[in-house]
Amino acid sequence: MTAIDPSTLSAEVPVHRTKRPDWLGLALALALGIVVVIPLLVVAIWAFAEVWRYPSLLPQEFGFRFWQATLARPDVWAAMSLSLRLSVTVTLLSALICLPAAYAFARMDFPGRNLLFLSFLASHAFPKFGLLVAIAGIFLNLGLISTFWGVVLIQLVGTLMMMIWIPVAAFQNVDRAMEEAARDAGAGPIRVFWSVSLPQAAPTIFAAVLLSFVGTFYETEGAWLIGAPEIRTMPVLMITYINNQIVVQYGAVLSVLLWVPSFIALMFTRRLVGSGSFAKGFGV
Amino acid sequence: MAQLTLKNLGKSFDATDVIRDLSLDVADGELVCLLGPSGSGKSTVLRMVGGFETPNRGAILIDGEDVTRVPPEKRPTGMVFQSHALWSHMSVAGNVAFGLKLRGLPKTQIREKVGEALALVGLEGYGERRVWQLSGGQQQRVAIARALVLEPKILLLDEPFASLDQHLRERLREELRDIQRRLGITTLFVTHGQDEALALADRIVVLRGGEIEQVASPDRMYRAPQTRFVAGFIGSMNFLPCDMRGGVSDHPLFAVRATVPDGPVELAIRPEALTLLPARGTGARVHRVTDYGTHLLVDVDLPDGGRLKAMCPPSARYEPGQEVALEAGHVALFRGDAKLAEVTVERRVAVHV
Ligand SMILES: Nc1ncnc2c1ncn2[C@@H]1O[C@H](COP(=O)(O)OP(=O)(O)OP(=O)(O)O)[C@@H](O)[C@H]1O
Ligand SMILES: [Mg+2]
Repeated sequence: MTAIDPSTLSAEVPVHRTKRPDWLGLALALALGIVVVIPLLVVAIWAFAEVWRYPSLLPQEFGFRFWQATLARPDVWAAMSLSLRLSVTVTLLSALICLPAAYAFARMDFPGRNLLFLSFLASHAFPKFGLLVAIAGIFLNLGLISTFWGVVLIQLVGTLMMMIWIPVAAFQNVDRAMEEAARDAGAGPIRVFWSVSLPQAAPTIFAAVLLSFVGTFYETEGAWLIGAPEIRTMPVLMITYINNQIVVQYGAVLSVLLWVPSFIALMFTRRLVGSGSFAKGFGV
Repeated sequence: MAQLTLKNLGKSFDATDVIRDLSLDVADGELVCLLGPSGSGKSTVLRMVGGFETPNRGAILIDGEDVTRVPPEKRPTGMVFQSHALWSHMSVAGNVAFGLKLRGLPKTQIREKVGEALALVGLEGYGERRVWQLSGGQQQRVAIARALVLEPKILLLDEPFASLDQHLRERLREELRDIQRRLGITTLFVTHGQDEALALADRIVVLRGGEIEQVASPDRMYRAPQTRFVAGFIGSMNFLPCDMRGGVSDHPLFAVRATVPDGPVELAIRPEALTLLPARGTGARVHRVTDYGTHLLVDVDLPDGGRLKAMCPPSARYEPGQEVALEAGHVALFRGDAKLAEVTVERRVAVHV
């Protein structure tokens, strides 16, 4: 046997670049980026524009006048805080109810399981407004109209599907052997759920929680139908503004404000993606 | 340490019997391999012992205590899964420590035990790694450490090395055997690899269709299979169908004498029990020679159209097409699934050295 000198070897063998940029991917990402980002950018610019006349590409005058005007209004702050409180309450309640239910759907076999499961989908398959009106009738009798908890209830219904379907898939993806190994190590069923199933499904479930938080924050139909006139959330307030006076900037400022939860959500997601656990949750 | 008894176990899934009526005693410190083809019910037996399936009939006793209805978290068993089933959201040490934490042990003691367990499987200093940073063999070692750290009375392993490559499988097999001996832990090991069973077990249990086919030491299982199924399943075996007439088999090449009622039989001959000799007029011809380094395996075409395998020393030289004579040193006779007789034949031809 003759030993091969690694230095001569590497000199002769051509080195291939293993990572080539994927141009098609880049083009697709760019195209998608433009479609998503440009409207957002326009709205953002409008929020800081004081004078912007067609056909100029950029506003003639920038300024914070409309921000001051908007932020000076107490009803904006009240709506912001109300919306946040609503979304947090609804999301927490929804998680509390839906996650154990989703686990039951994913792991247990009981009569009527599939029917019940489909009913969650059905609640989203029919026109929502009719359903809302019917619920509003019931709420009227219960004295829930125009109350915080009335809106919580109606928005809770809206989150059910997302908070059941996505976590069910997440729990089903958890390796059963992992749960059995935890039982084997001495954990009871509840402990297994808490220490193994939930953390294993966490990245996907976290995405579901974020989506329902943001979805609840922007929910208008239910909030308006059940909440009016006492309960005015941010989106409801924005609609009122737009209906009452056609000043683009008011709407723009409010929608930039409305982005706050989205950005918070995105930042969390990014940290999750960065840590690599997000990808693992999806089985990548 | 502990003794395991399975008494008339039966298990059905959706009205089909998967385990019929299985009884087995595993002695203290013994390593028993459950061996059988896919779907024979090996995992089902193991999972019943671990508490993950409830038997429909029969009882499971550990040290004489009935644990049939005890849930897995309360059973003194430790299981190693084929897929290792490590919790990927915990570190290596976290995996091993989980069960100890549940038992409420003080922190210093947990750290000590985790360190010992990892050392036992040769993974000192790997505690802080994430599970996915380990190789397949290391992951399976962690799984073994995780099961052993809780000092179970019975260790259960379900094809733990099946997903590893040949070399690693052999190495881990030896390591496991050493650990098992050192701790003297009663072990039930499921495999469908006969070489694994032969290498590891004190006793092998061959399962077939949910029933025990034979229980024996590896040596007996290989050299004295009691049924045709075991004879064909463990190691390689040549089966030659023929008839017995007046105490002699009517096979053209193998006239075996045995006191067996007349009728059809199968002669079962191991490749290593066959001796080849160059000859003329036998009608048996070499079909192919495969060199395994330690020995040659020669496929021989028989005049009646059958084919058999014979093992030869690596120094032997045979060409395809060459005519040979065959000598069988040891023959078992089966009729249906039952063994009728075993015959050890005196060598008629002296082997030239
Ligand atoms: N949960 C279950 N539901 C229904 N049938 C099952 C279930 N588990 C096992 N079976 C059936 O029981 C039989 C034995 O299965 P088992 O997993 O014990 O086989 P095995 O010997 O471990 O096979 P393998 O070597 O493929 O792992 C199979 O026919 C299988 O289909
Ligand atoms: Mg199996």
